[in-house]
Amino acid sequence: MEFFFQLLVNGLSIGFLYALSALGFVMIFKSSSVLNFAHGELLAIGAFIFLALSVWAKLPIIVAFGLTLIGSFALGFIIERFFLRPLIGEALIEVIMLTVGLAAMFKGLLLFIFGGDTQSYPQFLPESLSIHWGNIEIPSVYVATFIIGLIFLGLFGFFFKYSSQGIYMRSVADNQPAALSLGVHVRRVFALSWAIAALVCAMSGIVLGIINGVNVHELSSIGLKVFPVVILGGLDSIGGAILGGIIIGLLETFTGGYVSTSLREVIPYIALVFILMVKPYGLFGLVEIERV
Amino acid sequence: MRRLRFHPCGNFRETYQEELTIFETDFGRLWLIIGLILLFGVIPFVSSSYLLYVLNLVGIYAIAAIGLNILIGYTGQISLGHGAFFGVGAYTAAILATKANLPFWAAVPLGGVMTAAVGMIFGIPSGRLKHLYLTIATLAGQFIMEYVFVHWDSLTGGADGIVVTGATLFGIDLGNDRSFYFVIFVCFVLMTWIAVNLMRTRYGRAFIAIRDNDRAAEGMGIPLFGYKLLSFAISSFYAGFAGALFAYYTMSITPEPFNLWLSIEFIAMIIIGGLGNIPGSVFGTIFIVALNESLSALTQYLMNLGAASNIAITIAPLREFVFGMAIILFIIFEPKGLAEVWRIVRSSFRLWPFSY
Repeated sequence: MEFFFQLLVNGLSIGFLYALSALGFVMIFKSSSVLNFAHGELLAIGAFIFLALSVWAKLPIIVAFGLTLIGSFALGFIIERFFLRPLIGEALIEVIMLTVGLAAMFKGLLLFIFGGDTQSYPQFLPESLSIHWGNIEIPSVYVATFIIGLIFLGLFGFFFKYSSQGIYMRSVADNQPAALSLGVHVRRVFALSWAIAALVCAMSGIVLGIINGVNVHELSSIGLKVFPVVILGGLDSIGGAILGGIIIGLLETFTGGYVSTSLREVIPYIALVFILMVKPYGLFGLVEIERV
Repeated sequence: MRRLRFHPCGNFRETYQEELTIFETDFGRLWLIIGLILLFGVIPFVSSSYLLYVLNLVGIYAIAAIGLNILIGYTGQISLGHGAFFGVGAYTAAILATKANLPFWAAVPLGGVMTAAVGMIFGIPSGRLKHLYLTIATLAGQFIMEYVFVHWDSLTGGADGIVVTGATLFGIDLGNDRSFYFVIFVCFVLMTWIAVNLMRTRYGRAFIAIRDNDRAAEGMGIPLFGYKLLSFAISSFYAGFAGALFAYYTMSITPEPFNLWLSIEFIAMIIIGGLGNIPGSVFGTIFIVALNESLSALTQYLMNLGAASNIAITIAPLREFVFGMAIILFIIFEPKGLAEVWRIVRSSFRLWPFSY
């Protein structure tokens, strides 16, 4: 039974990480309906900027964190401006392929600069945050992540619900031509959504880096694991992404614990195929009437 | 004696028959014959063995790229799993050859058929939803297949893989590059011929209709699900066929090469070559294989410098960087690919000196 609870806790915490890393993906899809295959690389870039600032440049953690967020926000803008903007109005295939190209390019660049080894951050989270409950232990990283994640989720909820930019973003996601004709600056919305997504990615990347160490290959494979998560939750639903992340996390740890450890890596994808066949819009996805 | 026709200066076609012709003038046929003579009569006898090896790779990958182009370029459905489908073909052929002792001529097409069947399983989601979902389903297929390659030990040999030897066709030993060159390029010509003509039939035209506007296509009475699945099956067949040839050519297969990166390379081939263009797939394949070979030659060269071996290790990831860069630059600046560049060059010659 204790094994079960430990798996449950592990699954929940991994699932929460997946949920957190899926947020940026959903953000981009919601506003511009682009499937971002460079998601994992965005996570990795955030993690590595933080690594460079905190370990190499030896800046204080808070400063490094802030600079990373600012830097990735700018990076999101740049990606949108130079790579995505020429493709507005082009076929979806080209946009998707462009993100695949971006993924390869960023991965190559990161491997070139930082190498393929796992690197780690200095320990900076206070031990007092960790929770002990019987023999089950929740490390402080997860607790901190949970708190930060909740804060950001709340902020984003408010942003989308009440701020004018958030409402613009939702309108563009809902119907781009209609939003254009009502005077929404669609290009700015795209730029902003990429910037915010890159920021969220950087944050998730840092958290993942704290927990697993920073490794280009690992982070980019987590970027692909976002797909089962968001498909399960519904591609355009933030709440769905969170629930999907937790379900996938639990599925992974329980498969790893009870069935076989090697199946663990692939079970999310098997689930993904089943979801696509049975309930393709996911749990909370917007069901489009059009069936093609 | 037929009247010699030159290329017209514009599009003066009046009937659908003219629209469907492959060769507008007899010069096209002439060039094709010259090309075939060069391909089978000259190149294999003057090339060095390294060049033959590169050409063989081009031939194998080009078959898979043509198949992928039928799916992505003509039907508008994206597959990120063709690297694994290539692997399914390779493994099927290898298993049939070693476990069932099937001869070469039977194992290779069966590899293609098996891959088509596997591909169709992952193509089913495309029936329910738009192409975005197929992309994700094939991505999942890629990972599931990789897992199967590694973990179905009894059949695939796990990480050690399978050794395939003794490919013979009509009593001829295919153990060396030159004899295999003929096999590969006969298959290549045949598959290209099929693909080019397939696009002129009702099936090919239905694929193009689905790509251009799926709702209109459905309105015109094209059953979308059936045709999408058919396109997916044909495309997987090409990938599997190429994979089977690859298995026989490299003689030993391991799960390693059939990863997501190979899928991306295939996509890069057709994007750089030109979507919806059969000769374009071949150009793209030549470009990618040449890029690959020159980058590894560069790495090798730097390794041999000895002292600079650290540089060699650090420039290895530049391959991914260059690939990604190439994909991005082509999408942004020449979305129709090398085929379009080739067309522009040709027409500027043709229209000279009155080109504008």
